[in-house]
Amino acid sequence: MMLKNPEKFMGYLFEVAWILPSVAIPVAVITAVVLTAFAVGLRVPDVAGRIEPKAIAVTQPFDEPGLRELAPGKYQATLIAQVFLFTPNEIEVPAGSEVTFVLTSRDVIHGFKIVGTPINMMVVPGQISRLTVRFDRPGEYLIVCHEYCGSGHHVMSGKVIVR
Amino acid sequence: MAVIARPRAAARADVADRFATEKRVAGLNILVAFLALALGGLMGVLQVLQYNGIDLYKPIKAILPGGYYQGLTLHGVLNVLVFTTFFIVGFLTFVTATSFNRPLVNRGLAWFTFYFMTAGLLIAAVPILLNQATVMFTFYPPLKANGFFYLGLTIVVVGTYFLLANQVMTLMAWRRDNPGARVPLAAFMSIVTMTMWVIATFGIAVEMLVLLLPWAFGLAPGTDPLLARTLFWFTGHPIVYFWLLPAYISWYTIVPKLAGGKLFSEPMARVSFLLFLVMSVPIGLHHQYTDPGISQIWKLVHFIFTVGVFFPSLLTFFNVVASLEHAGRSRGGKGWLAWIFALPWNEPAFTTQVFAMMLFAFGGASGVINASYNLNLVVHNTAWISGHFHLTVGSAVALTFMGLTYWLLPHLSGRALWSRGLGLAQAWLWLIGMIFFSHFMHMLGLAGMPRRTMIGSAPYVLPEWEGLLPFTMIGGLLMFASALCFLVNMVMTLTVGKREEAGPVTFARALSGPEDVPAFLDRLTPWVLSAIVLVAINYGPTLYFLATTGRFNIPGMSPW
Repeated sequence: MMLKNPEKFMGYLFEVAWILPSVAIPVAVITAVVLTAFAVGLRVPDVAGRIEPKAIAVTQPFDEPGLRELAPGKYQATLIAQVFLFTPNEIEVPAGSEVTFVLTSRDVIHGFKIVGTPINMMVVPGQISRLTVRFDRPGEYLIVCHEYCGSGHHVMSGKVIVR
Repeated sequence: MAVIARPRAAARADVADRFATEKRVAGLNILVAFLALALGGLMGVLQVLQYNGIDLYKPIKAILPGGYYQGLTLHGVLNVLVFTTFFIVGFLTFVTATSFNRPLVNRGLAWFTFYFMTAGLLIAAVPILLNQATVMFTFYPPLKANGFFYLGLTIVVVGTYFLLANQVMTLMAWRRDNPGARVPLAAFMSIVTMTMWVIATFGIAVEMLVLLLPWAFGLAPGTDPLLARTLFWFTGHPIVYFWLLPAYISWYTIVPKLAGGKLFSEPMARVSFLLFLVMSVPIGLHHQYTDPGISQIWKLVHFIFTVGVFFPSLLTFFNVVASLEHAGRSRGGKGWLAWIFALPWNEPAFTTQVFAMMLFAFGGASGVINASYNLNLVVHNTAWISGHFHLTVGSAVALTFMGLTYWLLPHLSGRALWSRGLGLAQAWLWLIGMIFFSHFMHMLGLAGMPRRTMIGSAPYVLPEWEGLLPFTMIGGLLMFASALCFLVNMVMTLTVGKREEAGPVTFARALSGPEDVPAFLDRLTPWVLSAIVLVAINYGPTLYFLATTGRFNIPGMSPW
């Protein structure tokens, strides 16, 4: 049948020639990302527990928000998000520190992005968000709320100062 | 003479009138769609001006008390929910009937669908306009809008179900009358699109009926924001295929015809649509990579399936470009690429849609980055995302729908397009404006600028953003000019366009046609079942976990 209709046969060849890269490209993307996730350890936020928003003031670690040194060079930064501020809104750490950010929200959904780092999380009332990053370069890093949270959303910000 | 001529004239009148209902229903849906786009687009212009320190919200405070964020809610709801949904329902009503070459079985239902959806739209519009639903088109609880906002949107979604019911009844009637015949491609694709959409709306239906409506009307004390968000994205990702597949229908069955050629491969087209039916829904967690409370493993699984959807998209890309090449060569084009110049670039319906495809190629590439699990941490919720979906829904979809309207309007109104020159100007202005806007939004996103933020009033604008922001304004203003050209052309066509019979609606024939498609690909049931099983596997554990550990007591607030 195919030989009787060479034009159609060429059509099939073109289809196959395109289907192969159409499979190869997605497979390459998946491989690259899975490698960076497991071999390099670049992960996204995981399940980190729930919290009762009304009881934030009496629930660890949110009863004492701020920076805590866990071990030499290792810190935990605990922040609370609410309309339209982070508490605290300034964190200061020495260069080379590994900082785990732990957040929750008192009211609506907020965002937490530290510009120039891979720290990027949603902060959802009732949930605890957690991500870790190493600050190697000294400087000031902008923290922005990147999820619309109301009329003052654009003023909700903070900074990390790396000495 | 008169005796012979009369039945012929009667037959012709009969042909012209056969689709009278479909034409009117489609026309009204498309009218609502473009009214929404006009107002929604205007809001977009105010936003890029605000980015650059020109605040036009103050002079219109009496009409728009919520300022930037109320305008942004209008921009999102009108453009991506109202414009798309109404246009699609109108277009698919028309395509289903003309492709089957028979009217829809239940014309009353076609009218009811339109009135029902319009009622929902009006119910939702009142709280938005009164600044009581400034919650964006994503309405993430516990931001709490007036309950009628959720009710109205629910009614619009339910309205779309009636179109599928009408399509399926028409398919069954067509099969009775044409035993053994292959379902025509455009009708097949229209039905697959609506089937995929109805499966996808399970998430938003549960979110609205179980979580948001009882809470917003005071019957429940609170809600669980993470479960609601997850149900939202259950529908929120496949909704992009609900927007995109009608554009693909046009690229597969109308654009090759406009180009003067044939569709390259009908089997490939059918397979890609069936893959979209199966794989569009079980991938929505890729919108929630940065969410707490959802396992990394399920996020990774959804990533892998998301990249899998890249496969039918690449098939579409190849098939459509091969069809264009066939058309170019049929028109005497030669060489590896020089055939491109032989295409009918003076035809606005063609040029507009091909520009939409070109912009979409870049939107697809940035979409792979968004979907790539850990890479998403760089761009999530930044201006990059806005740049991305202005290339996808704002170009691949919106620009295709505009181009499609140049083709549809003569069929629907019996009037020729008023100005082809203005149509071409519109296409070029959108292309250039969008290149500016999206490129600089992507760059601003990489520089860390958040999306959905009144940047012109933010206290933290970084110096590297300042040099990029003016270009978003240039892009926005060019697109505004494009939209004006489009609207003027539409109004003039409808009022003073030359009365002219557009002739019967025909779709592109295929080089490799339905005879090369295995017949089982026409049966939808196995594909629908596969889709449901895959959704249950990919979403079941996460939804079960969230529903059983949820605290449904977060009261919410309306801080605007």
